[in-house]
Amino acid sequence: MSQESDTIAREDRDGAVVLSPSGDIDMSRSPLLREAITKARGDKPARIVVDLVDVGYMDSSGLATLVEAMKLVRGTGTALVLCAMNERVRAIFEIARLEQYFTIRADLEAALGGD
Amino acid sequence: MKTRRAQALQTEPHIHLRVCSDPLYLSGVRDMVGAVARRLGFDDLGCSQIALAVDEALCNVIRHGYESAADRPIWISLWPEALGAEGASPGITLLIEDEAKQIEPDQIKGRELEDIRPGGLGVHIIREVMDEVEFAKRERVGMRLRLVKRIGERPAEERAGA
Repeated sequence: MSQESDTIAREDRDGAVVLSPSGDIDMSRSPLLREAITKARGDKPARIVVDLVDVGYMDSSGLATLVEAMKLVRGTGTALVLCAMNERVRAIFEIARLEQYFTIRADLEAALGGD
Repeated sequence: MKTRRAQALQTEPHIHLRVCSDPLYLSGVRDMVGAVARRLGFDDLGCSQIALAVDEALCNVIRHGYESAADRPIWISLWPEALGAEGASPGITLLIEDEAKQIEPDQIKGRELEDIRPGGLGVHIIREVMDEVEFAKRERVGMRLRLVKRIGERPAEERAGA
């Protein structure tokens, strides 16, 4: 299990908002992510990047939060990009066949780069 | 001749745990189940799949069965699965039981994957990663979910992709 924090780190970079959750994103902690994304959306950035490098585990609650966020940003001028997911996290995207639904990048620099 | 203790171990769960329906405890249950699965011989992928299936099952009980009430009971029982008589691999059997409202087992379905929306993925994920998944009504109240995973069996997602 990765180190968990009760808050989700946020950094504004080049017109993008980078959110960096840590630990497990499960039913207990996905509301934190939802709240952070909702706040970020309110600022209408060009891009919201969810950096998953410190996320060790995600269940369908976390997936649902990201699907909801993707639907909400669509057509608003804000792109949602996920990056740096480990194999365990990527596996749940593949099981749910959602890896094509999201924009997923290998690392933060790639997520902040081109489309 | 088997001892009384050996006979009891064939039927009684090796682990029996009662946990409150509070999402706070999901992490602890995942860690316990994953650690036991490792001792039973599962590799990293198998351990994480079993822990994921149990997590999703508990989430479904909490969200749908108990409508997010955090003070209701959920029981988790665990047995090692011995080498089967017909050559079935050893593995793990889990029972997850609750006192939630009863529904017909054949009505428990995950959403269609083409219908992309938040929620409804838990049952699909459980069926993908476990070898046997069986929902049933308990005798008087609540539901029972039986999960089996065997060492070396390929999960449904891999079988489908072959």
